[in-house]
Amino acid sequence: MRRRFYPLISLLLVFVSAGISSAKSEEGHFPTTGEIPDPVAGFNHLWREVMIDITVVGILFALVTILLLITYRRKRAGQEGRPVKLSTAAMFGWAIIPVFIFMADDFYLGAKGWTLWNSYRTPPESSYEIQLESAMWSWKFTYPGGVETYNELKVPVGTPILVRMTSSDTVHSLFIPDFKVKEDSMPGRVTYLWFHPKKVGEHLITCAEYCGMLHSNMSGKVIAMEQGEFDSWLASEQAALTEGGA
Amino acid sequence: MSGSGGGVGKFLKEWIFTIDHKRVGILYLIGSLAAFAVAGLMAMLIRVELSSVGPTITDPNTYNVWLYFHGAAMILGFQIPALTGFFANWLIPLQIGAKDVAFPRLNALSLWLFWMGIILALLTFVVPNPPDIMWTGYPPYSILSPGNTAFYTFTVLIMGFASIAGGVNLITTIIYMRAPGMRWGKLNMFVWCTMAAFCIQLIFVPILGTAVTMVSMDKYLGTTFFSPTSGGDVLLYQNLFWFYSHPAVYVILLPVLGIIFDIVATFARNRIFNYKVAVYGGVGGITLVSGEVWVHHLYASGMPNWIRVGMMMSTLLISVPVGLCMLSIIGTLYRGAIEFKTPMLYAIGFIFLFLIGGLTGIPLALASLDIYVHDTHFIVAHFHYVMAVAGTFSIVGGIYYFWPKFTGKMYNETLGKLGFAVTFIGVNVTFFTMFFVGLEGMPRRYFDYAQMPQLEDGQRLVTYGAFVLAVGFLITLISWLHSLFAGKPAPDNPWGSKSLEWTTSTPPGPGNWPDVPNCEKFDPYGYGE
Ligand SMILES: [Cu+2]
Repeated sequence: MRRRFYPLISLLLVFVSAGISSAKSEEGHFPTTGEIPDPVAGFNHLWREVMIDITVVGILFALVTILLLITYRRKRAGQEGRPVKLSTAAMFGWAIIPVFIFMADDFYLGAKGWTLWNSYRTPPESSYEIQLESAMWSWKFTYPGGVETYNELKVPVGTPILVRMTSSDTVHSLFIPDFKVKEDSMPGRVTYLWFHPKKVGEHLITCAEYCGMLHSNMSGKVIAMEQGEFDSWLASEQAALTEGGA
Repeated sequence: MSGSGGGVGKFLKEWIFTIDHKRVGILYLIGSLAAFAVAGLMAMLIRVELSSVGPTITDPNTYNVWLYFHGAAMILGFQIPALTGFFANWLIPLQIGAKDVAFPRLNALSLWLFWMGIILALLTFVVPNPPDIMWTGYPPYSILSPGNTAFYTFTVLIMGFASIAGGVNLITTIIYMRAPGMRWGKLNMFVWCTMAAFCIQLIFVPILGTAVTMVSMDKYLGTTFFSPTSGGDVLLYQNLFWFYSHPAVYVILLPVLGIIFDIVATFARNRIFNYKVAVYGGVGGITLVSGEVWVHHLYASGMPNWIRVGMMMSTLLISVPVGLCMLSIIGTLYRGAIEFKTPMLYAIGFIFLFLIGGLTGIPLALASLDIYVHDTHFIVAHFHYVMAVAGTFSIVGGIYYFWPKFTGKMYNETLGKLGFAVTFIGVNVTFFTMFFVGLEGMPRRYFDYAQMPQLEDGQRLVTYGAFVLAVGFLITLISWLHSLFAGKPAPDNPWGSKSLEWTTSTPPGPGNWPDVPNCEKFDPYGYGE
């Protein structure tokens, strides 16, 4: 008689433990550098949490299935199942309780995902803005003074970088794996993404939206340099540009 | 089965001009398996190309055509026709107690259209400048491409017409041609699931047809629907395309679930657990939510933030009806008497593959996590788990399940189980590894990854897995051929199922039953008691 309820109990256990595993990593949300939110840290944090959540749910679901498969294997030829007759209350219970649990988990994750989403989509006030025009198959970056680079996005360390992008031919997608950002660039629309380089170094840029023959060759890099170095590079390029233009 | 004495012509004529739902179904099956074989070959070539950095066996142009064909043929040529063409046509009249479908000639028309679509798709390999625009066909690339976009448009349109004709036909059949006493409340899960899938097809296929037609009009007739310089909009296409193509995932998933429900009930000798909730909550819920989630394909496309957030919630909520269905499937095992024949092994394999695929969909539903893995190998692994291989496990399991009935022969259980085991291992080596390659940042649809040479080991492991997978499918194919030529004759009801299709003779003759069965006392899941 009691045995009838053990699937329900194991299902509840699945979600309770999933809830606990999610809740325990609640503290330390989005470490920030001063006023600037840190989507990379937020991403790593939420990703880990969701991975733990789905691993626990997955393993418990799998264990319940395996347990049922072993317990109720056919022991003699011609054996029939002993179907459960659900009362109306049990029928609704088996619908409403799981729905509630699923929805609770959904809204919990949705809320956290939304918070992180806002930091992804809200470039800080202090951002340095660079324009991007993608084409088959290269990236053209334009700096505030009109300096242009191809496939190399030089940025100063410590400043949030806002890239506003469009495309001159087809849809491309600016993907910088190290900063966990990606956004499509397309003709006729202006889209954006922002990221925050903190250390001197180079980061890969790739194209993530299929754009024809050389799609996989459409790569470039972010070159993060000290503010002083960046300023003098930009100034010398600017000078060369003014001279050439004059 | 072949006719005698100069009967080859007669035999072919009987099959080609058939209006019998069972033969139409089997011809759908042959066509879709042909598409599966060619698209599978493309997959193997793609994997070989990716097994090492740099060009391995081909050039980017050829590679892109393989990718295009693999995607388009697997979805439009294999999975949708196998499920809504073969299983629906062959099975629904048998499960509801009808002598045929409502409009047998319309049925033949949809079959012919489908075969035209298959032939048109195969012409990809013969025409100059084959399409290289992926199965999504996004403009402006599909307009700028030197490839022959019209082949894509017409393949989609013809397959779409076939689908609409099939949908109208089978929905009518289910509503009007159920045997006396076959009430709605006791239909097989497969009938419910497929009817929901056809409703989705009828609503959404015209939108896909519109979108791909507009692409070809832009390319060949100089209209500017998707050209921003003349007031068009690039994103319009992506919205129209996914407005159909996300529901299309459920057009595949619903019949897939229906087959699994029926296999599990038969081999567990048990009633569907919480049948009403599975039908109204699960199947009904999936149908209702299917059209409200398409923007999760556009999380990285610069859509307004509010709609990305709204669709994030609706996407997460899909877990509710899908969860109810899974609960009913797993619940059907409870207090059952489970027999592990090949079809049941495929159903169990489905449960685990679908679990992995479904759960990895949760980070993808969250826009803020999707933004990193969007358009990478991670998502390729996810949709192969949840749709491609989970769906194919259900299709293969379903073919094994109904094999004795539609061929009249038994298959070899050892070969069947061996094929299952090898395929299951191959699938997991291939696609579980692919998750990690994707997490490292490997974008999809890449011919080469010279900028990420550290991924070579992972890519090679994926390729090895794909070969194991191919061997598994070959064993399955051998087991089918072996059965056709050397199988023992099948009894009418080898599995002891209570479902109506097993009450016919094996294989069912014209008209299915001598008289339309009376179903007043019938129950497809009337086990136990
Ligand atoms: Cu590109």
